Amino acid sequence: MATREEVVTGLAEILEEVAGVNPDDVSEEKSFTEDLDVDSLSMVEVVVAAEEKFGAKIPDDEVQNLKTVGDAVSFIVANS
Amino acid sequence: MTKPDVVVTGIGATTPLGGNVASTWDAMLAGRSGVSKLTQEWADQLTVKIAAQLAVEPSEVIDRVRLRRLDRSEAVALIAAAEAWADSGLADAGLDRERLGVVVGSGIGGAQTLLAQDDILEASGARRVSPHTVPMLMPNGPAAFVGLEYGAQAGVHAPTSACATGAEAVAWGLDMIRSGRADVVIAGGTEAVIHPLPIAGFASMRAMSTRNDDPERASRPWDKGRDGFVLGEGAGILILERADHAAARGARIYARLAGAGMTSDGYDIVQPHPEGTGAAKAIAKALRDADVAKADVVHVNAHATSTPVGDIAEIAALRSALGDHPVLTATKSMTGHLLGAAGALESIATILAIRDSVVPPTINLDDPDDALTMDVAAHKARPLQIAAALNNSFGFGGHNVALLFTRP
Repeated sequence: MATREEVVTGLAEILEEVAGVNPDDVSEEKSFTEDLDVDSLSMVEVVVAAEEKFGAKIPDDEVQNLKTVGDAVSFIVANS
Repeated sequence: MTKPDVVVTGIGATTPLGGNVASTWDAMLAGRSGVSKLTQEWADQLTVKIAAQLAVEPSEVIDRVRLRRLDRSEAVALIAAAEAWADSGLADAGLDRERLGVVVGSGIGGAQTLLAQDDILEASGARRVSPHTVPMLMPNGPAAFVGLEYGAQAGVHAPTSACATGAEAVAWGLDMIRSGRADVVIAGGTEAVIHPLPIAGFASMRAMSTRNDDPERASRPWDKGRDGFVLGEGAGILILERADHAAARGARIYARLAGAGMTSDGYDIVQPHPEGTGAAKAIAKALRDADVAKADVVHVNAHATSTPVGDIAEIAALRSALGDHPVLTATKSMTGHLLGAAGALESIATILAIRDSVVPPTINLDDPDDALTMDVAAHKARPLQIAAALNNSFGFGGHNVALLFTRP
């Protein structure tokens, strides 16, 4: 069971790989689209990579609720 | 109605000979080959184990994150377009983007993406297929990415006619400007399919050279020992501009794109007409379109891919449409065959031949075919004053495109 901090670190690695986001910029209050400039296609990549990394299933209709890094962390912690 | 003059004000390329136009042209004039052995593991099982691979990898030019959303054919198109755009000086010219068009084609398109994503689909399932797959493999992808990069709004088009694509794109660009739909067109071709499947396909047709032990001598147009083409990769891009538009901004002009001729053989899906009648008609149309006399066309950058039938059919076409006087060259002897990019890259070579008064060499022409009855700049570059020069491109499907460039 991953801690919130571990999930943030893992998401930061994924965001760097697929979207070139600086890991130092990734924190729970940041919005994927507005703060981190992750477009919709890259968000799909982030979700698939996160499912693989954390063993959580993130349904498509849930993705739209994941506005911030913290939203994603909460979902992953609760569902992995 | 008089046709407005169209000129070339920028050129860009990334090729097996160099990562830009200058290095490519220097290598051509020096007669260097860009062909080498394929060292990738997948080449072991192929009958063809040579290719003309890019001199400069796109990863040296485009950042990693951007590159992973681009097919290789799109990446090289963007690299060549960036050079051509910078070369034209249009970035600071206040160009109305509603008057900027793009015509960039590819012979095969995003096949590397298609095949790589199919591997993922088979191995890991549908959910793992990249969301960037479609914009990476769609045949209009290179044109669309170039259009997006420069904000082109006059229309973005992606002709496809196999190995005539690059030349056809230039011809359509000419048409866009003449018909008043654009003042400036970014035109050219791109190709990047050095991958086992396309190679196996061409090899199964017996279209490719299997001179695996002597890669630099494998592409040998018009030589008796020729045994097929050598696959190359890269892109060539030209900036076409209405002449008065270019003059008004004091642009440097490389050459006039005086005319174009396009025909189709209606003969066979892959074999050229043995007498080159469709090709001859394309050349004749280009001459009429340009209103240039045969005698003024003193140089031809031939399609000549190093295949037994095609090279000689082109000679028949040239003799009937132009006569015996032009000095020919086949730069594919050095670059390999860039398929959909070939016509654009060879247009650039033709333009530079006019500018520098020199015909680049045809290397490996050691033992000319008896049917080669025209003068070729064999082995070494040849100084020549060129008023007008022709560039031929032909493609599977029976496509014939002839482009006529003149000194500005």
